[in-house]
Amino acid sequence: MVDYKVTDISEHMSFLEMMDVLNEQLINKGEEPVAFDHDCREGICGMCSMYINGEAHGPDRGVTTCQLHMRMFKDGDTITIEPFRAKAFPVIKDLVVDRSSFDRIQHAGGYISVNTSGNTQDANAIPISKYAADEAMDAATCIGCGACVASCKNASAMLFVGAKVSQYALLPQGRIEAVDRVKNMVAQMDLEGFGNCTNTGACEIECPKGISLENIARMNREYLSAHIKD
Amino acid sequence: MSGFFKSSIGRKYAMALSAFFLMIFLLQHFAINFLSVFSPEAFNETSHFMGTFWAVQYLLQPVLIFGVIYHFVMGFILEARNRGARVSKYAKNNGGANSSWMSRNMIYSGLAILAFLVLHFIDFWIPEINTKYIQGDMTGLLADGEGYRYYEELTHKFVSPLRVGAYVVAFIFLSLHLMHGFSSAFQSVGATSMRKKKLQTFGKAYAIIIPLGFIIIALYHHFNH
Repeated sequence: MVDYKVTDISEHMSFLEMMDVLNEQLINKGEEPVAFDHDCREGICGMCSMYINGEAHGPDRGVTTCQLHMRMFKDGDTITIEPFRAKAFPVIKDLVVDRSSFDRIQHAGGYISVNTSGNTQDANAIPISKYAADEAMDAATCIGCGACVASCKNASAMLFVGAKVSQYALLPQGRIEAVDRVKNMVAQMDLEGFGNCTNTGACEIECPKGISLENIARMNREYLSAHIKD
Repeated sequence: MSGFFKSSIGRKYAMALSAFFLMIFLLQHFAINFLSVFSPEAFNETSHFMGTFWAVQYLLQPVLIFGVIYHFVMGFILEARNRGARVSKYAKNNGGANSSWMSRNMIYSGLAILAFLVLHFIDFWIPEINTKYIQGDMTGLLADGEGYRYYEELTHKFVSPLRVGAYVVAFIFLSLHLMHGFSSAFQSVGATSMRKKKLQTFGKAYAIIIPLGFIIIALYHHFNH
C-alpha cells in the first residue's frame, strides 16, 4: 500500500476524475501514475473497478466507480483503494485486474446460435410474457464489472453467471440451448477458480446494476434441471 | 446426473439437502425433549420407543450420522476452497455494509456446534450405545428396575451449571447458524423470490424458537432438579 496526498478535489468530481487529478499531480512531480481501468465513464461498460474503503465501487449504492462522486467523502479523509481481489482476477498492475475469466465463461455458452441465412424468424413475432421480458432485461443489465466477485467473501462469480444464464433462460430463443449453456458456463466458472456461493447476499447489495439473487436461484434450478434432462 | 455433485452448484444442493435433513431432525429432537418439561412419563415412553425401534436405530440413526458428518466435512471442504479463491486478502474490507455477521461466519458457528456435538455425544449418545449394544441392556429400565431411566439420566446431566452454561452458549451459536442457514438452504435449491420472503420469516422464527426451546429445557431441568 502506498499513501498519496491529492489536492484540488471538487465534491462534484467523479471518483475517476479524482484519480485523474492524482495522476496529473504525480506526473508533474515526476512520479509514476497509478494504473486503473476505465472506459465509458457513464456506468455502462463495466471497465472501472476498485475496492474503495472496503466496498466494490465504493460506499454508494447502484453506481459504478465512475459514477461515484467525491461528495460521498469528507475533506481530509484517507480513502483506501484496492484492486478487485480474487484468484480468478489476477492483478495486472496497481488497480488493473484481468477479468478475462468472465469472457471465457461467456464464450462457454452465454450466447444463442442464430441462422443468419435470411430466413430467421423475427424475434418480435414470438410472444413473450411481460414478466419474462422484464426479468430477462433485468438480468441483461449486468455489465460484467466483477463487483459481485470482489464483494463476495468467497470470490464467487455466481451472480454474474446467474444473470448471464437467466437472460437467455427466460426467453424462447434461449431455451433451445439452455441445457448445454448452463452446464458449460458453470463448468467454466468452476474451472476458473471462483469460490462457492454461500448466499451472503453481498453481491446483490454491491452490484451497480442491482442484479437480484433470484438469478442465482434460477441458475441453480436450471443446472439441476439440465442434469436431470441429460 | 454425472458430475452434478462435483460441481459448485451440485455441492450447494448437497449442503442444502443435508441441512434440510438436520433441521427436520432438530425439530423432532426438540419435540421429544420438550415432553420432558410437561410429562416425564411421556418423555420416557417416547425415548424408549426411539431408542429401541429398529427403523430408528438401524435406518434413521446411520442416515443421521452420515448427514452430520457430510454436512461438516463438506462445510470444511467448501470453506477451504473458498479461502483459496481469494489468495490475497483485502487490506480494508467492510463486510458489514452488505451482509450479515451470521452469513459471513457460518464456519465459526458451525465449529462451535461441532464442539458442542462432541460434548453432547459424550454426555448422551456414547453412554446410550454402551448400555444398549455393549452391555446389552435393551430394557431401558433403571438399575433398581423401577421405571425407565431416560428422564433420570436427562435431569442428572443438567445439574452441573458448567454443562448448562456450555449448552446455552452452544444453542446461541446454533441460532446464529440457523439464522442464515435456513433461508440459505432454500436459496441453494432455487426457491423463488416470492416464496423466499415467507421462508425468511419462517426461518428466523425457527432459528429463534428451536434453540430457545432447548435452552428453556436445559434451564428448567437445572433449576427443578
